Amino acid sequence: MDKIEKIDERGVWEKIADQLRSRSMWMLHYCTGCGAVELPPSTTSRFDMERLGMGPMATPRQADLFLITGYLSTKTLRRVIYTYEKMADPKYVIGFGSCTINGGIYYDSYSTINRLDQYLPVDLYIAGCMPRPEAILNAFTKLMEMIRKGEADGWKRYKENYEWYKQNQLRSLGEVVVYDEFHE
Amino acid sequence: MTALKVAGIFLTAFFFGLTFEGIGRKITARVQRRYGPPWYQNFIDLFKTLSKHGYTHGWIFDFGVIMALGGIIASLGFVPVGGIVAFPGMDNFFVIVYLFTIGSLGMAMGMVGTGNPWASIGVARALTLMLGYEVPYMISIGSMLYFYRTSSISAIMSAQGGDWNLVKFPIGALVALISLQGMLGKEPFEAPMAPAEIASGPMVELSAKYMGLLMLMNTFMEFAEISLFVDLFLGGGTYFVFLLKYLVVWVLVVLISSVLPRFRIEQAVYFYWTVPIILAFVQVFMTVNGFVF
Repeated sequence: MDKIEKIDERGVWEKIADQLRSRSMWMLHYCTGCGAVELPPSTTSRFDMERLGMGPMATPRQADLFLITGYLSTKTLRRVIYTYEKMADPKYVIGFGSCTINGGIYYDSYSTINRLDQYLPVDLYIAGCMPRPEAILNAFTKLMEMIRKGEADGWKRYKENYEWYKQNQLRSLGEVVVYDEFHE
Repeated sequence: MTALKVAGIFLTAFFFGLTFEGIGRKITARVQRRYGPPWYQNFIDLFKTLSKHGYTHGWIFDFGVIMALGGIIASLGFVPVGGIVAFPGMDNFFVIVYLFTIGSLGMAMGMVGTGNPWASIGVARALTLMLGYEVPYMISIGSMLYFYRTSSISAIMSAQGGDWNLVKFPIGALVALISLQGMLGKEPFEAPMAPAEIASGPMVELSAKYMGLLMLMNTFMEFAEISLFVDLFLGGGTYFVFLLKYLVVWVLVVLISSVLPRFRIEQAVYFYWTVPIILAFVQVFMTVNGFVF
């Protein structure tokens, strides 16, 4: 496939802001599958992602980076969409492992989401089942590079193609609302 | 001239406050055998949050954030920083403590305005913890104010001369240091923030610019509190001597916090109202009866 040359539309301030964003990515502490196990070694002393300015953040409001770590059930997808829409722009999504690309080993299950790309704009995929911390760190540096070049524009694509994403979400889930069982 | 001095204090607090926080993160990382972020990481974090597009939660929230930052900036203006006294004759201990409350109340109001239960729990814990550390701190500082017969901080700074209050009031200094750990919200008194337990408490709904403003407020608050400790117990000093003393206290606080777990809120208050309060009363007894070294 030919690579389409994209025109860089960012102003000077936006370019400076992207430099800062690439060096200070706060990831959301929300893990959906077995990829969660790979994150503690990447955070702690062996691989130490804090030297890249990254760290876990407690809530979606504060976070920049959303990791979908592993296979997604329809039940989780509802929460994932809800969480993604709560995050502040600009926001980035990384899909972990083959589960987010084509469903992985549970591709034929009645409750599994096979392609994450149809529901959320994914900036980067990491291949593997599951990817090792080396691959994760590699992906993070790649994402930093993409942010600096202005290529990580998933949050813009989500706004532009909102109807398409919403349609896909509704087709799989019926409705995207998460009911507050506690207060009802 | 006053405006220049105030600007000097704010720029010092901004630059060195954030730098020392970065150094603190580096030290924590080294204690955990990690490499750690660069020393300027907190500058990047701050400006990044200011560059994002956030969400507001109503005008109470907006007003609370501004009030928190404004209250802390106002109280910082009165703290003598390394020989710079912005308002001579008005750098009273009680003025600073009084103005601190505006910042805390602004934060409490704004964060409860988000409507998130975690924020309410965090604010409740912060105010409960404040009840814990303020009492021994006030008793210990009160004995010192009684000894010098003044509550002006620059008067106490100049009265110390060569031997610091750390030597004159060793037990009071220890109590103030323990209280400082709680004031800064460092472990083991980290219950109000507790990211893994109540999702960072008061900060739970803060996005983008609001997060940046609150981070700045936190930096200014830490700077004012440690500066107060350095002024009262370590004799202040000229600009660079002051910053050196500040750095030593900050590194000590960070080292203590990096190896300790978290107290539950009732454990923290119970601790403050037993050990430091008894020590503070011992200090009062010694000061009143003339045992000052």
